[in-house]
Amino acid sequence: MNSESDLILKVDNLQTQFHLSRRVVKAVNGVSFQMKRGRTLGVVGESGCGKSVTAHSIVQLLPKMGRIVDGSITYYSSNGAVELSKLKRNGSEMRAIRGKEIGMIFQDPMASLNPVFTIGHQIAENITQHEKISRAAAMERAVEMLTMLGIPQASTRIKDYPHQFSGGMKQRAMIALAMVCNPKLLIADEPTTALDVTIQAQILELMKEMQHKYGTSIILITHNMGIVADMADDIAVMYMGRIVEFGTVRQVLGSPRHPYTRALLQSVPVLGIAKGERLKTIRGSTPDPSDMPEGCEFAPRCDFATKQCKTVPADTDLGGGHRVRCWNCMGGLTT
Amino acid sequence: MLELHGGLDDMTKASPAVQPNMNDVILDIRHLKKYYPVYKGVFKKVTGHVKAVDDVSLYVRRGETLGLVGESGCGKTTLGKCIVRLQSPTSGEMRFRYGEGGMRDILSLNAKEGFDVRKKIQIVFQDPYSSLNPVKTIYEAFDEPLRVHRMGSRAQRKEIIAQMLEVVNLRSDYMYRYPHEFSGGQRQRISIARALCIKPELIVCDEPVSALDVSIQAQVLNLMKDLQQQMNLSYVFIAHDLSVVEYMSDRIAVMYLGQVVELATSTSLYRTPRHPYTEALLSAVPTPELDAVRERIVLKGDVPSPINPPSGCRFHPRCSKCQEICRVEMPQLRKVSGTEDHYVACHLADTESVPQEARMEL
Amino acid sequence: MVTKAVKSSLALRNWEKLRRNKLAMIGFCIVAFMILCAVCAPLLTPYSPTDIDLGSRIKPPSLSHPLGTDKLGRDVLSRLLYGARVSILIGLSGALGGAVIGTIIGCISGYFGGWFDKVMLRVSEIFMTFPQIILVLILVVYFGQGLMNLIFIFSISGWPGTYRLVRGKFFSLREENYVEACRAYGIGELSIMFRHILPNTFSPVIVTVTLSTAGYILAESGLSFLGLGVPSGIPTWGNIINSAKAIDVISNNPWLWLPPGLAISLFVLGVNFFGDGLRDVLDPNQ
Repeated sequence: MNSESDLILKVDNLQTQFHLSRRVVKAVNGVSFQMKRGRTLGVVGESGCGKSVTAHSIVQLLPKMGRIVDGSITYYSSNGAVELSKLKRNGSEMRAIRGKEIGMIFQDPMASLNPVFTIGHQIAENITQHEKISRAAAMERAVEMLTMLGIPQASTRIKDYPHQFSGGMKQRAMIALAMVCNPKLLIADEPTTALDVTIQAQILELMKEMQHKYGTSIILITHNMGIVADMADDIAVMYMGRIVEFGTVRQVLGSPRHPYTRALLQSVPVLGIAKGERLKTIRGSTPDPSDMPEGCEFAPRCDFATKQCKTVPADTDLGGGHRVRCWNCMGGLTT
Repeated sequence: MLELHGGLDDMTKASPAVQPNMNDVILDIRHLKKYYPVYKGVFKKVTGHVKAVDDVSLYVRRGETLGLVGESGCGKTTLGKCIVRLQSPTSGEMRFRYGEGGMRDILSLNAKEGFDVRKKIQIVFQDPYSSLNPVKTIYEAFDEPLRVHRMGSRAQRKEIIAQMLEVVNLRSDYMYRYPHEFSGGQRQRISIARALCIKPELIVCDEPVSALDVSIQAQVLNLMKDLQQQMNLSYVFIAHDLSVVEYMSDRIAVMYLGQVVELATSTSLYRTPRHPYTEALLSAVPTPELDAVRERIVLKGDVPSPINPPSGCRFHPRCSKCQEICRVEMPQLRKVSGTEDHYVACHLADTESVPQEARMEL
Repeated sequence: MVTKAVKSSLALRNWEKLRRNKLAMIGFCIVAFMILCAVCAPLLTPYSPTDIDLGSRIKPPSLSHPLGTDKLGRDVLSRLLYGARVSILIGLSGALGGAVIGTIIGCISGYFGGWFDKVMLRVSEIFMTFPQIILVLILVVYFGQGLMNLIFIFSISGWPGTYRLVRGKFFSLREENYVEACRAYGIGELSIMFRHILPNTFSPVIVTVTLSTAGYILAESGLSFLGLGVPSGIPTWGNIINSAKAIDVISNNPWLWLPPGLAISLFVLGVNFFGDGLRDVLDPNQ
């Protein structure tokens, strides 16, 4: 039902593994999804579920021991489809795409900005890297970008070093860095986790604005269901390297079908929750990624597990693009 | 079984909004200030002070949870550490109910009494990874506090430790293990058990679930609620996550730049926030509800430096309702008209003219 | 009730990690073998290291004297084995002495800070401005030769390294939450210092001790070679090489200097391998 021209990214059966000294960790285990232009995909899950690794696989920014063992990642640029997983990790083609076509924002703005260069220098460098443009012109664009992101007196602040910026300002600078080349796809990995709620609200508003202005597609990685509900069009819920539930925000949050999604939604306190109400907990803790349970990874912690769950559940389409990996998803779960 | 603390006062449990019976107050803080000097230059001249906690007055009742919420740098953690006396306040009073003598000022105790009060007020930290000593087994880490407070013989102490681990849903034989063998959620439960083992009456919880995964958070929060009921504990619950604080607390104090700007029961605070900062804070919390019709108030700019806080109302540079008086005069925490237990420090709110502490005389 | 459980131990876990580290195990085997030989010296050689037999002077290796004899007819193998005892003793004691002094001062300095810290930091800097060998030479001249003197000199000249290490560790560890938790219980400062923080600094100190043991064995050899170390009557590896000061001995009688030279190199190499391996094993980030 999707016309090809509508797509910006197609990930098919992606498998990324980490080869540690004595064991292999399947960080991403057969992830498939498609992204349409101008939309926001929220990827949610707990730490270690593979959400960040998926994002880093797309731009091939994996640590040394990590490698993509199977699957394809197709990026549809204006010049036709590019198979990202086939490109050399640090080859010129990959570098041309990173930063220019696909921008990235990371969780910790401190670690992502180089402390010995000025903010302006770092933003301008990203422009000159990808475009034939003079330094002065690049600086001008950097100032323009920072002004748009609401940094007061951008033309003087641009000469500041990262440590002179507050946390929220640094994250704005990161967004400027990621957006200055006008990428078609923006990967935001927990962009507001390190920030206070009021600053988080500012940054999220900004990202929405930028998306509206430039029609950027965003992959938003977060553990916070509230942020996803606010920002995303589609949601992918990940658990132990797999997407267990995928669909539009309305489908996944309105009628979650996977027990894990339900548990996640019910385990966080929501403002205005009744005092006596107990939070729903998920038994135990996430399994060791190098020693995963047979069959459905969630089965040992699931209240609805049956014998059938000893085999890996198929990816079932419930209609309208709502996909769930659970044997029990067809019959409604009772909670 | 362990000997649990005295019976529950059902009245206060049921309706925390009720006018407090002052015999219930376990901790009473008045005009507490904690300033850190800022040094500059070769001669280490004091050029100013970071006003981490600036004139805070609060009280905590037995068996209740007082939530402290605010953004980073608002002084909530410093206040927590002052309560546990890990930091000594610059000035102010802190009275705690212990022994037979009723409320006693715990900032001016002699060494022996100070040591006894330590038993009554404990703390649980945010980072479960740095709160347990990596070279000590759980048994070693638990045993020493019990020993220095002379709680039972060797065998009895072991029994207490085993029970405490079971109370937090861990196997008692885990006491022979080292911290690296536990996950983050387990470590946090161990930290709670350690704080509980010397039978405190008040526990300061400094962001106890912020470092944990969502599914683990719920386990720890439920556990903390259960323990509070069983042992009639009082909590000072510090967090930046409003939804967690709102769920856990009976009353909430919202802090901004070292001061309490609003103090109310959590329901009242959530339903009718009076301070513009509280409103903004509440509206900024993303909720996983579809079609949530809440207008988000996005605050301008960042939190100003606590070295040179703005004049007048400290929130005025970021406030959309700011008026002339806000720039000049610092608002006092006053009772909101027509409410039982709702206080706000805002010139624009409809408050009674009585300052907060007038009611606090015991 | 308390159920009996399998005790897990940090030491056991580290030993497992060490066993997997090949280089460290090679180092450990070399060191262990050489110490064993030194301890069992009387079983391995019938001669006393100090017995002079003028009848068989400067004999090349033979069946009765596997490593030959020296100028005074003393058996080189026995001198090597008995000398190992003294050399290793000096190296280890010197390193341990320095570590103990450095650790104690470092603890107090790092935990309390204040004027003591400021003074000790300057003192350690003064110590570190001299090259250690020159400092040792000055002290040897001042205190005189002798086994105990040498150990003492190594100890007092070697403490600044450990001091700075321990002090730095204390600075970061005293802010840890578990230390705060101890304070919240009202546990005494001394107990917090020595029982809670100190054990956390042991790993880097152990590594320093192993590595500086190697350094002191070399230093002892150097000093003895110059005639400033242990009195020549006591056999040490350095004293054995001392006899090879003449150019004709070096070219004509290699059995006099080659075995002690090899022993020194092998032992130092072994200790360094072991120390490096230990550093990897004890590093919590690994």
